[in-house]
Amino acid sequence: MEAWNASIAGDASSVPDNIHALRESAIATFAEIGFPTTRRGNEDWKYTDIRSIANAAYASLAPDPANRVATADLDQHIMGGEVWNRLVFVDGHWLPGLSSLPSLPPEVTAMSLANAMSSRPQLVATNLAQHARFQDNGFTALNTAFLRDGALITIPDGIEVEEPIHLIFLSSGLEQGSVSHPRTLVTLGANAKATVIESYGGLVDAPYLANSISEFVLGSGAHLETFHLQQHSPQGNHIGSTQVKLANDSSFTAGAFDFGGSISRNSLNVMLEGAGSSCNLYGLYMTNDSQHVDNQVLVDHAAPHTTSRQVYKGVLNGHSRGVFHGNITVRKEAQKTDALQMDKNLLLSDNAEADTKPALWIYADDVKCGHGATCGKLDDTAMFYLRSRGLDEESARRMLIHAFANEVLDNVGLTPLRVHLEQVISSSLRFEGKVEGNRHDLKQTL
Amino acid sequence: MLEIRNLVASVGGNQVLNGINLSIQPGTVHAIMGPNGSGKSTLSNVLAGHPQYIVNSGEVTLDGVDLLAMPPEERARAGVFLCFQHPVEVPGVRMDHFMRAGYNAIHKSRDQEELDPIQFDRILQEKVKIVEIDPVLLKRNVNDGFSGGEKKRNEILQMAMLEPKLSILDEPDSGLDVDSLRIVAEGINALRSPDKAVLLITHYQRILNYVVPDVVNVLINGRIVRSGGKELAAKIEANGYEGQEQGQTLHPSA
Repeated sequence: MEAWNASIAGDASSVPDNIHALRESAIATFAEIGFPTTRRGNEDWKYTDIRSIANAAYASLAPDPANRVATADLDQHIMGGEVWNRLVFVDGHWLPGLSSLPSLPPEVTAMSLANAMSSRPQLVATNLAQHARFQDNGFTALNTAFLRDGALITIPDGIEVEEPIHLIFLSSGLEQGSVSHPRTLVTLGANAKATVIESYGGLVDAPYLANSISEFVLGSGAHLETFHLQQHSPQGNHIGSTQVKLANDSSFTAGAFDFGGSISRNSLNVMLEGAGSSCNLYGLYMTNDSQHVDNQVLVDHAAPHTTSRQVYKGVLNGHSRGVFHGNITVRKEAQKTDALQMDKNLLLSDNAEADTKPALWIYADDVKCGHGATCGKLDDTAMFYLRSRGLDEESARRMLIHAFANEVLDNVGLTPLRVHLEQVISSSLRFEGKVEGNRHDLKQTL
Repeated sequence: MLEIRNLVASVGGNQVLNGINLSIQPGTVHAIMGPNGSGKSTLSNVLAGHPQYIVNSGEVTLDGVDLLAMPPEERARAGVFLCFQHPVEVPGVRMDHFMRAGYNAIHKSRDQEELDPIQFDRILQEKVKIVEIDPVLLKRNVNDGFSGGEKKRNEILQMAMLEPKLSILDEPDSGLDVDSLRIVAEGINALRSPDKAVLLITHYQRILNYVVPDVVNVLINGRIVRSGGKELAAKIEANGYEGQEQGQTLHPSA
């Protein structure tokens, strides 16, 4: 804690007064509440122990990334060739040299948040930090305390952005460890439409923390498709929080894909504030060794005729652990709500663990809500069927795991992203250890 | 071709096969008939290499090679095919992709040509006619939502694509209406050839009216208690399995 407070004190970035005030307030909050712990009946953090992060003395890196980053470092994250719009950030700082916006309509703003603070102060003041509350979350407070740069995307009423906007956040790392606080703010006007992809990764195999916050604000009838792609290097940690607010008849989709890192935690909070709004949230987490992935998904049905879908799937190998906490709240006024939540886990090792916890809070009486969770191993009979047709054991396992993942991947309509994901999945699958025994253990946990 | 000697096998800790002896020559169709619980499915699963079926003793060779030492995929590559009694549904895997993967794995192991999707599809469309399957089914997930008859015909289609040396058919007639039964039987007959053999496992004599066996073996309590010509099947149909166990085993001069 002392190290973290000292690093806040040592951050002498110059920002506009209103941002400065925000930061001061967040600093005070962080000093007061600190990091969350697994103690004190803290259900939200019960399964994710972040002491290794809290006790680290990670350094914040100054915006000097040009010396450390080359175009080649981006290769494994690049998709969509020369067509997609791309903003690249290293250690939270924008890199103009590696960014390009070849297919952005002129009405659309996609720029560095630091630049926007001076050139678009009103826009920033209206939306930034309005949705990601830091008063009860130490990590959010910490991000806000260091608030200075990030991505700002603004799409005016009625504008449809054809090509995706790809945000790439990389951690350059230091031997002793480093921290960055990526920040994203996306606002869509009425009937606007866009696709935003957030990619996170590391440039070195050193310990680091990416503590990200994203805010998505949708006007009425807007449609936003987002992807969160986590491919950190093995010692990287990710704590991410995404806040979404939807006006009438708007729709939001989010695909969360977690492959890398040591500890990875995503909080996705969707507020269905407008009548007729909807969200489709899906995710795939694939882990090996002692990786830990935690998805906290909260959907708040605050208006009538709102729809939500959550389908998350985990493929857990080695000693890794997957946590899913899905929360659906249906407020009294949210009649005709239609909500579904599902978490399915495939355990490839006897030592892997899945913790899945659904929570439904329903205060309206005319609603349709469903939820379920499963946790099982690869089906022995299916394995035998595939092998009896000539497929070797590894090919059969790969085929069944891809089949398991396809239910999630089928949501991804963007071909370059789908191809990218298939490749990452293939290389994430390891088969050094066989599953012990021949039991097929599909356990219905609910 | 296939030699089974004193095969004793268990599943789930229960010994089900109590010493099977069987010799199958190329070009022949052997029927195995038996009541429920006699060990029919155990025998087919043991031969195809299901890991849950444990061989306690005995030996099985295919053209002189130890079959029991091979994992299931190697048995498939050696020319063994099991037509499943209950074909497995595999959501998320497309039928034609799955079939091509198996086809290519077997061909690769034999240093034969692997086929791209277009080449494979050309052969598949020909074979589909034998089993009268709607080709649209092959774009769906493996056996997912197939009717009972479609699943069985689909097994015969896979057999036709792989052209196995030894086809083991585990109750290919169970749950079929007359039309499907005829189609399945014709599919099996189309594969008969002097260098291939068929082991047809069934509870009922009905399918043997369509696929005429060279030898009928009666399996009771994990042992083959009687072997004979096709007339043995008719006798069982008329009199049931009662009394077969006491009968003298006839060794056909196959």
